[in-house]
Amino acid sequence: MASKKKPTLAVWKFASCDGCQLSLLDCEDELLAVADVVQIANFPEASRAVKRGPYDISLVEGSITTPHDAERIHKIRRMSKTLVVIGACATAGGIQALRNFTDVRRYVSAVYAHPEYIETLNKSTPIADHVFVDFELRGCPINKYHLIEVINAYLNGRKPNIPSYSVCMECKRKGNVCVMVATGVPCLGPVTQAGCGAICPSFNRGCYSCFGPKETPNTEALAGWLHALDQRPDEIVRAFRGFNAYAEPFRKQSEAYEK
Amino acid sequence: MGATPTAAVLDAGNLQQLLDILQKQNYQTVGPTVRDNAVVYEHIQSVEDLPRGWTDEQTNGRYRLTHGKGKKFFGYVHGPNSWKKFLYPPARQLYAADRMKHRFDVVAPEPSGIKPALIGVRACELAAIMVQDRVLMDGEYIDPEYKARRQNAVIVAVNCTRAGGTCFCASMNTGPRVQEGYDILLTEVVDSHGHYFTVETASEKGRAIAAQLATSPASEEQLAAARQAVDKAARQMGRTLDLTDLKDSLYRGFDSIHWEKVAGRCLTCGNCTMVCPTCFCVNVEDTTALTGEQAFRIRRWDSCFTVDFSYIHGGSIRATDYSRYRQWLLHKLAYWQDQFGVVGCVGCGRCITWCPVGIDITEEARAVKG
Repeated sequence: MASKKKPTLAVWKFASCDGCQLSLLDCEDELLAVADVVQIANFPEASRAVKRGPYDISLVEGSITTPHDAERIHKIRRMSKTLVVIGACATAGGIQALRNFTDVRRYVSAVYAHPEYIETLNKSTPIADHVFVDFELRGCPINKYHLIEVINAYLNGRKPNIPSYSVCMECKRKGNVCVMVATGVPCLGPVTQAGCGAICPSFNRGCYSCFGPKETPNTEALAGWLHALDQRPDEIVRAFRGFNAYAEPFRKQSEAYEK
Repeated sequence: MGATPTAAVLDAGNLQQLLDILQKQNYQTVGPTVRDNAVVYEHIQSVEDLPRGWTDEQTNGRYRLTHGKGKKFFGYVHGPNSWKKFLYPPARQLYAADRMKHRFDVVAPEPSGIKPALIGVRACELAAIMVQDRVLMDGEYIDPEYKARRQNAVIVAVNCTRAGGTCFCASMNTGPRVQEGYDILLTEVVDSHGHYFTVETASEKGRAIAAQLATSPASEEQLAAARQAVDKAARQMGRTLDLTDLKDSLYRGFDSIHWEKVAGRCLTCGNCTMVCPTCFCVNVEDTTALTGEQAFRIRRWDSCFTVDFSYIHGGSIRATDYSRYRQWLLHKLAYWQDQFGVVGCVGCGRCITWCPVGIDITEEARAVKG
């Protein structure tokens, strides 16, 4: 490995809270090992030493919410061999995509003293709506071990082991008792992609779907069951309007209960 | 019941002796305990850990634990866990490979040497263990870890004296009375004679352990009380699965429109397969060290409800929800018979209780059979 030139890594931020890119720094024990195998070339949150592109791997955090960002993402795509988007903002539009269900101009005029200075898009959209994305890493925030796994898989020329099945799978492998069956707590685990390690059900809470819809999510059947468990329609709307509100299956399901 | 060696009686106050004997012989004592609003199987140290007085209400997609006035240790009906996690762990490294100059060296771990003592195994669960035996150690492909744990294990079975709301073992001929495969069999009775267990043994291992217990010979009356308690459980059972012509009638229903209907309710979340005591499917995941100097192969419980499960070159064979539900039900109740010579379902009802939307395998099988 030492004789080869290390692949370069860049980290980019769009509309987001920085939590996902921080997971790279959060790697702590593994960070030195990562820095050993990739050259962190452009990561302003970690270092002011920025090397010019192009880059082998770009990690993109955040959603597209301004005309300026809608331009910028194309430039980043052009200078990145592999583009991996990280987190619910970048993969689904994030919590700020709640604006997509209303008229953003009303907020702008209510919040800002000079709305005319604000240039914003009507919708918060995921990166894949704008450019080709090589891999989407879900989560609010992402699981840092997933991030290492994606970098690891890239370096070793293999497929990353990132499941797209339900949270229930990892929840039950862990030996958890199903909170919905045993206590009636509403849980989005059955329609949510695994990856967090079933954190909330491990503490007797229902899943909030930080990782967004799983493969083939039957949100309609789950919503129907939640309704039968005495959840009101507005509660069901709120359940699906979290960090992944604008992910297609969740958007449709919340709209179906909004009437 | 066939002739079993003369049964003995153990006073409930002496149950701790059993745990002590097993622990002295270096067994990991595993049994029921209350955690997170359910009876689960965990490592236990003493009878204090047992769910004494706890019982449960179960129906489609619903489980509630209640503390009744009873004092039985085994008055509950099984919760979400099955014993498979102790015999066939959810994740296990199959091997590691070290990169050498022109080759790589494979290092496979030795079987762990764990000696589990499974305490409180019910008839359906024992039937499930015997189904897994066929799959994982009696056939052509043997799982070394499973086989080692299984051969090291002591099984302390307990007869059911109450049926759960989703049980249907009586119709599957797997319970509620334990028939075979145990080392020690207990039946818990509370009556005018007090609170006691009848103790039967079916193996050398079991007899050697039972011989150390402070038992007394069982009276005819006590044995009759135990028998009646189990009979009562059989009568309580509300659900049935009709085994008559099961395989062929399901094959005939392969193209039934009913699969689409159940797929409308099914979440394809995989809960039924995770809680099923016979489901054995796993995936094999290859991973590497960051430097690429080492590779690892890890096995994890998988489920036929995931899209990746049937992924082969070019895509998933079972991309639709209905095809995945159909695969699960048909494998369990029909293909299994062709593959392993037994039905893959033991009638424990876990998939009914622990389905987050309460789908009932007995109803679905009936509907498909038409």
